Parts: sequence; C-alpha cells; structure tokens
Amino acid sequence: MAEIKERLSGIVAKDDVVLFMKGTPLFPQCGFSSRAIAILDHCGVAYESVDVLQDMEIRQGIKSFSDWPTIPQLYVKGEFVGGSDIMMEMFEAGELQELMAEKKVAPASDSSQRSTSHD
Amino acid sequence: MQYEMEDLTMTKVQSNPGPLAQEIHDRLESALTPITLEVINDSASHAGHSGDDGSGESHFTVVVESASFAGQSRLQRQRLVNTALGDIPGQRVHALAIKTYAPGEYRREGS
Repeated sequence: MAEIKERLSGIVAKDDVVLFMKGTPLFPQCGFSSRAIAILDHCGVAYESVDVLQDMEIRQGIKSFSDWPTIPQLYVKGEFVGGSDIMMEMFEAGELQELMAEKKVAPASDSSQRSTSHD
Repeated sequence: MQYEMEDLTMTKVQSNPGPLAQEIHDRLESALTPITLEVINDSASHAGHSGDDGSGESHFTVVVESASFAGQSRLQRQRLVNTALGDIPGQRVHALAIKTYAPGEYRREGS
C-alpha cells in the first residue's frame, strides 16, 4: 500500500499535467476519458496519460490516493483537480485554462501531445 | 413547447425509477436535503455499448441543488455527492455524471 502511494506520488510529480484514464488518448475506452482528452487537447497543454486498465495496482490505488471513486482523474502540478464533470465545468467557465496558465504549464508540442508512454 | 416535452420526459423517468435510481435518489435526499434533485437514467442511450450490463441501470446523470454546496468548491461539492453515494460511483454504475448547484445557481433549461 505504501509502495503504490509512493509510485503514484512519483507519477503525478513527474509531469505538469497527468491524466489517469481508461485507454489511451488515441483510443479512449470510456466516454468520460474521451471527453477529458478532448478538453486537454482544447486547452493546448502538454500532458501525460496513464492507462489504468493496463495496471490493476494503479487502477485501485489511485482511488484511495485521490479519495475519488472514478476514472478519469486529472492532476496539475501534483495537485488533484477532479474528474471529467469538474474538468468540463472548469473548461466551460475558462477556469481550467486559467489554472494551466497560472501554474505555468507547458503548451503542447507535436511530440509531447498524445504521448501514451506508460510502463 | 419544447420545455413541456422535456418536463414530460422527466416526469416519466421519475415516476417509474428502477431500484438503483431509487437508491441514488434516497441516498442524496437524506444526505444533502436537496432543493432540486433529479436522477436521470441515461442507460437506454447506451444500450449495447460497453458498460451496458443489461440491467437498464448502468448510466446516470444526477442534478443536485443543495444548501450544502454553498461556499464549497467544485471538488468539495462532488466529494459530498460521492460520499453520500458510497459504493455506487465507480463500482455499481458504469457511468455517473454529477451536476451540483448551490441555491440560486440552478437554471432550468428552457426557462
């Protein structure tokens, strides 16, 4: 349990924007994950995605780590932002874009966007 | 006219809820004493897709207007809803969309 916590801390600290999702940005396996990806693409920021379907330890661990029962989950600069409902509400209000700017998140480049590395 | 039709659909859904819809309703009702509470079963539009378990109760949207949300962040509001729903989100339903409003924030579509 302590190990997965450490592992997750490492993952959310490593990149400015991390999305825990079902599937990959190119092939999301759930409507909510698909929506989360679309929102991040619209924000034009670089992000890392973690496919929880490929890792049972992460799939279970992230729920208690964030105290949040569902996937997707968005982290910005190591801080939990919320799931897809919150992402959509914030995006529509312009708050998500503000948050990204405030936290000085790097913009997407062709190589960093849609990256799917996860191991 | 459009508003009346929407209203009619809503009434139909609420007058004949499945057991899970009823449980979602009851849990939110007792935890948050909402001013507005709508539990909308979206399952039919996902029939045959992934996540449809054949129960007809796999996809829901809940709309909650409650004084408990006043002065709370989006994250705090949704945590209140998730806590009230216990093991339902993430385990017993495939999809649950949550809309939260403090008193006065909720505007019915079409009005």
